Amino acid sequence: MAQIQPSASVHDVVVIGSGAGGGTAVKVLTDLGIPVTLLEAGPMLNPARDFKEHVWPYEVDHRGAGDHADLYFGRQQWGYFAAPNGFWNVPGEPYTVAPDSHFSWFRSRILGGRTNHYGRISLRFSDYDFKAYSFDGLGRDWPVTYDEMAPFYDKAEEFIGITGTHEGLRTAPDGRFLPPIAPRVHEILIQKAAGKLNIPCIPSRMAMLTRPNHGRAACHYCGQCGRGCRTASAFSSSQAMIFPAMKTGKLNVICNAMARELIVDGAGRVTAVSYVDKETRTEKQIRCRAVVVAASTCESARLLLNSKSPRFPNGLANASGMVGRNLTDTVGYALSGSVPALEGMPRHNDDGIGGMHVYIPWWLLGDKKKDFPRGYHVEVGGGFNMPQLGSFHGVASRSEGYGKSLKDDIRRQYGSMVHFSGRGDMIPNDFSYCEIDNAKVDQWGIPVLKFHFRWSQHEVKQAQHMHDTFASLIETMGGKVLAGERPKDDATGVSTGGSIIHEAGTVCMGDNPRNSALNRYCQAHESPNLFVADASPFLGNPDKNVTLTIVAMAWRTSEYLAEEMRKGNV
Amino acid sequence: MSENGRETSRRELLRVIGGSMVMTAGGSGVLSPLLAQHVHQMVHEEKSLDTGGNYTPKALTRHEYDTLRALSDLILPADEHSPGALAGGAPEFIDFLCSRSDEMREIYSGGLAWLDNASHERFGAAFLRIEGPRRMALLDLIAYRKNLDDPSLAAGVHFFSWARNMVVDAFYTSPAGVQDLGYIGNTARTEFSVPAEAIAYALNRSPFRPS
Repeated sequence: MAQIQPSASVHDVVVIGSGAGGGTAVKVLTDLGIPVTLLEAGPMLNPARDFKEHVWPYEVDHRGAGDHADLYFGRQQWGYFAAPNGFWNVPGEPYTVAPDSHFSWFRSRILGGRTNHYGRISLRFSDYDFKAYSFDGLGRDWPVTYDEMAPFYDKAEEFIGITGTHEGLRTAPDGRFLPPIAPRVHEILIQKAAGKLNIPCIPSRMAMLTRPNHGRAACHYCGQCGRGCRTASAFSSSQAMIFPAMKTGKLNVICNAMARELIVDGAGRVTAVSYVDKETRTEKQIRCRAVVVAASTCESARLLLNSKSPRFPNGLANASGMVGRNLTDTVGYALSGSVPALEGMPRHNDDGIGGMHVYIPWWLLGDKKKDFPRGYHVEVGGGFNMPQLGSFHGVASRSEGYGKSLKDDIRRQYGSMVHFSGRGDMIPNDFSYCEIDNAKVDQWGIPVLKFHFRWSQHEVKQAQHMHDTFASLIETMGGKVLAGERPKDDATGVSTGGSIIHEAGTVCMGDNPRNSALNRYCQAHESPNLFVADASPFLGNPDKNVTLTIVAMAWRTSEYLAEEMRKGNV
Repeated sequence: MSENGRETSRRELLRVIGGSMVMTAGGSGVLSPLLAQHVHQMVHEEKSLDTGGNYTPKALTRHEYDTLRALSDLILPADEHSPGALAGGAPEFIDFLCSRSDEMREIYSGGLAWLDNASHERFGAAFLRIEGPRRMALLDLIAYRKNLDDPSLAAGVHFFSWARNMVVDAFYTSPAGVQDLGYIGNTARTEFSVPAEAIAYALNRSPFRPS
């Protein structure tokens, strides 16, 4: 890069990243009248052009296989019809993995980030999740309590719009819910089976609108939230937060801007963000009063570690050496079954909202007999679903043969499968972290991350318990387990780290600057105008998907930042 | 509907969508459920007119393509409920992907040649030249995993698995296949509900049958 072009003016707040955290910062700050400049490493999102909502496979020559039949050779990282979202392999942006580790790093390069496509399961963390060490002696306590977070969960839920019911469960704190959605037929059977096994199975908590909310239309129940929703009835930070903020005149969006480094002055304050303009391959600097880093868990750690200066030789906000440490992902395990009771069912439209209408929250919190700490929730799947490439490979493989008998099997079994996915708590461990790999740079010349990752026996035993639970549920429904082996003690069969795309914990918060990077407001201990607003401040990775807590925490951080600016402290 | 008529309807559709987006009170680019429904209906009707009658193969030779047609028709034949793989456009779909992927082309050119060779060995003629019962006798050898252990059949079993998966994919993602399955979603609704009849059907056949 020959020449660096600094911005003429000083921008108030620069937000890096436009996903759940960055989108929330943009919304909250602009609502409070603060001008924001948003840097996004990918292009602008255009729902009318980019979303393939309601397209039938036969409307496309390749039916969804991709232009080069990619699906059939395992080269399609995400379905053809999915909303622009991201990939584990991004051309020109490599990462490395230590020889004894397995980790897949998902990157999203599009306005709205992963929220354009995510499952939209919206669960509050429990009181004990914030006090993990006090609860069972593992992990660390957060510098915030559930009671401190509750008002921000309220705000997040009220704004996003989340289905649900009041259940009074400690493992699944109630929130401000829109009406739930009726269970599908297979979900009714799952509820009955769960009931027999004394397992709760309650209406799901999903970020889809069963009623109009904040100018967004109610859901039209096509079940295609994963393709992106043109009516914005399924939440995304792009459509619900950033597009409205652009209309206020308070937001300046710079796309295709890959943040390289935060520039600091002698006092440790961030004075500018240095970024690569991907379109011109030029380096630019944008001067700012404050910066909110929300680039995603590992990308935020990478940016801080790459922001080295004489004052901060180990990277910014890293005097504790904690940046990159405590990397976690959700523990994932899945099992499917075929259920004869569902075979030949009268046809009806059960598309509903994208994903499950009921789910199983953790139910063994006080159980002393189990051989692992904490727990998991269970996501359920099934129903008819629009036929896609691959929908019937399973039946075809089990039935074998050909001809009319194959057709009969496919017709009869259509809609009779059920799927269970466990999503469990991972306790941070010393073997799971990311660091800069000094031997490798990406196509922009930015040093890349190297990953170390290991499941402990806590997670392995939990995944084995998932298998046993799912098998019991399937058998109790009169079904047959189809695929999926019980995870082995060496963690074979447990999801690969990073594959559930719930990374958290690399820029942890805490009251003690010696063992944390950020304070209780996600403000860097050593750089008062630097804030972090994604899942990297998290001290653990509970069995509740991270997005709702990212939004609630970013909301709290942004209000605090606005107040500090008003007081003149930032 | 004439070619010209279809073009008019598409233009009309785009005009209606464009107009309604501007007129929507709530915000930009929002399609009302009713209109969305209308759009699906029209697109669906347009697409079902497309029968793909005189397809010229893009990647496969005419002989390979004709063999693939015969194979597809055996894998998913028409029956009393629905038309089969040919109506579902399976050969066109596979040939199209062969034209986009050398790897795919290799699988089909190689696999179809294997089929001809096996047919020659056993019956003295190419697959297309043998009678229906002989074709099925040949498929019976490669349509089951158990014959993977037979070195003279393993390649055929692998190829048949590819062909069966892709013929199934093509048919059930076609309008005829969607109709055969009875999938009636991909539409816009104002409320979600599940018919009591479907719930009763499953419960009565389940271990939770009401006594």
